[in-house]
Amino acid sequence: MSEQQFSEIALEGGTYETCVTKKFMQRKPYEKHDPRIIKALIPGVVAEIGTQAGNAVKKGDTLMILEAMKMLNRIKAPQDGTIKAINVAAGEKVTKGQVLIEIE
Amino acid sequence: MSFMQRIIDFFSRKSTVTKGGGDKAISKQKAGGKMTARERIAALLDEGSFHEYDLFVEHKCQDFGMGDKELAADGVVTGSGTIAGRPVCIYAQDFTVAGGSLGLMHARKITKVMDHAIKMGVPIIGINDSGGARIQEGVNSLAGYGEIFYRNTLASGVVPQISVILGPCAGGAVYSPALTDFVFVVDQISKMFITGPEVVKTVLGEEISMEDLGGARVQAETAGNAHFFSNSELECFEQIRTLVGYLPDNSRNKPAIIEQKKPKASYKIEELIPKDSKIPFDVRDIVRALVDDSEFFEVQELFAPNAIIGFGRINGETIGIIGNQALFLAGVLDIDASDKIARFIRFCDAFNIPLLTLMDIPGYLPGSDQEHNGVIRHGAKVLYAYSEASVPKITVILRKAYGGGYIAMCSHHLRADFVFAWPTAEIAVMGPEGAANIIFRSEIMAAENPEEMRKQKVKEYTDKFANPYVAASSGYVDAVITPEETRAAVAHALQLTRNKQEARPDRKHGVPPF
Repeated sequence: MSEQQFSEIALEGGTYETCVTKKFMQRKPYEKHDPRIIKALIPGVVAEIGTQAGNAVKKGDTLMILEAMKMLNRIKAPQDGTIKAINVAAGEKVTKGQVLIEIE
Repeated sequence: MSFMQRIIDFFSRKSTVTKGGGDKAISKQKAGGKMTARERIAALLDEGSFHEYDLFVEHKCQDFGMGDKELAADGVVTGSGTIAGRPVCIYAQDFTVAGGSLGLMHARKITKVMDHAIKMGVPIIGINDSGGARIQEGVNSLAGYGEIFYRNTLASGVVPQISVILGPCAGGAVYSPALTDFVFVVDQISKMFITGPEVVKTVLGEEISMEDLGGARVQAETAGNAHFFSNSELECFEQIRTLVGYLPDNSRNKPAIIEQKKPKASYKIEELIPKDSKIPFDVRDIVRALVDDSEFFEVQELFAPNAIIGFGRINGETIGIIGNQALFLAGVLDIDASDKIARFIRFCDAFNIPLLTLMDIPGYLPGSDQEHNGVIRHGAKVLYAYSEASVPKITVILRKAYGGGYIAMCSHHLRADFVFAWPTAEIAVMGPEGAANIIFRSEIMAAENPEEMRKQKVKEYTDKFANPYVAASSGYVDAVITPEETRAAVAHALQLTRNKQEARPDRKHGVPPF
C-alpha cells in the first residue's frame, strides 16, 4: 500500500481527511493545448526537415518528416504563420511530447 | 527388445525428460531464487497428487539447426492433481528448457490441458516462466499463443482460470494471464511487459529497469494486472490454495459450504465506525467483524486501495465483498477502483458467488486526468456489472451514500435484493456542504455574515437529509439496522436468496463499456 500518511482531499461534498495514493500524487495538472507549438505525438527520429526559421508557412504545409513506428509521418503546419524556431535537427531522436517546431 | 529391456528403456527415457534442461540450467534457475517447474507443481498441489501427461511430446521444428535438438517435454509440464482434495488442471513452463520458449507443441500441450479443464469443469492453473515465442518456430509459435488466448476466452466464466507469473512473461505471452481471472506475482521473480526495457530504451530513450517497468510490485500496485502479491513462491502457492478454497469448480456449481464460525470477538462492530462521517477508518475491519472467523481474503490489495474487494464466508457460504475504503482517497470511485470493482463483480456473478457491498462513498474523484482518461466509461462498468449480476446482491450502507456513487454501489435501483442502512447512513443527492452551497446560494450571498449563514445552512441540510430515513421513506432502503444486527441480517438475506432466479431479456450478449 502507498504511504499511510493522512492528508486532506477536497471533493464536491466537502473536504475529507484520508490517505492519498502514489498515483494520485503523480497526477499532472492540465495544460491548455497551444496549436503554435508542435510536439511529437509519438517517439521517433527526425528524418527530414523541410523548412527553416523565419519561413512563412501555410496551414497543411509539410514541415518535417518524423520516422516513428516504421512509418514516415508528415508533420504539417496546423495554421498559417511564420516558423519561429525549429528545436530539433535531422537525425535526432525525439521523445513523445518533445517540442519540434514553434510557429508564430 | 526383451520385456526387461523395455522397462529399463522406459525408465531411462522418463528420467532424461524429467531432468528438464539438465543440471547446469537447473542450478542457474535455482541461483535466481526460483524453483523448477516440477518442484513448483509438487509444492502447489496436494502431496503426491500430480499426474503428468504428454511427457514424451517433441517439437517438430527442422529449421535453424533445431532438427537434432532435443527439448525435454518441449519446455512445459502439464497434467492434473488436487488442491485440498479437489481436482485441478495445471501446466508449468520449464525455463530450464530453451528458456521456457513457446513453440507449437509446447502450446499444444497447454491447449490440451486447457480443453481438458473446460470439458471436465475444473479450475485451470498456468505457471508462466518463459522467455517468449520460440523464434526458430516462427509463425507456428504465434499460432500457439493465439490458440491459448482463444481457449482462455472459451474458458472464461466456465472454469476459474488462475495465472501464476514466476519468471518472465513478455510480449504476446502476457495476454494469456490478462484473459484469466486471477494473476499471482512474486516480488523480484515476476516480470511482465509488452515491450521490455531494451525496446523502451531504443524507441523512447527512456532508461528503466525490468523491475520498475513490469516487476511484481508495479503489476500489483500501479498497473493492476496482478491480483495477488507475495514475497516467495511458497507464499504464493499458499495464496492460490486459499483462493481455490473459496471458489466452485465451475460455473454450474456453487462454492462448497463449509462449517460455520463466528467472527472473532476482538472485532467489535459497534465501535469501529467513527462518529463523524468525514473521519477515515479501515472498512476491512467491518468486513472482519461480519465474516466467519474474521477471515477476509483480499484481492488486489495494493491496487486502487480506495475500494476493497475480496472473499469471505458467512455461515460457511462464500461471498464476494466489495467496499468503499475511506482510508484512501476518502473512498471515492475513480478509474482504477471502477475497473477493480467491475471485474470482480463479473467474476462472482459467473461463479455463483453472492455479493455483499459495504457502501461509504462520497462520490467520484474530480480532475482533468480522471475525465480525460475516461472515468465516464470506466465508471459505467460498475453500473453495468452490478445491474447485470443475477447472483444474490446485498448492500449495507454504512455512512456516506452520495449522488451517482450511491446509485453505482449496488443500490435498489440496480436491483440489489436487500439494502440495509445503519443509523449513521447519509443517503443524499450530494454531501451537505456541496448541496447547501447550491440550494441556499442566494441566501448565503445575501447574508450579513455569509460564512455563518453557510454553516447554518449546511447544518440545516445535514439535519434534514444526511440520514437513512428519507431513502427509507421511499422504500429504497429495506431496513435500518444497527451494526450489531448486520451479520444476522446478511446471513438471513443469503439464506433467502439462495434459490433466487431472475430472468433477463433474450440476447446473444450485452455490450458492456469495456
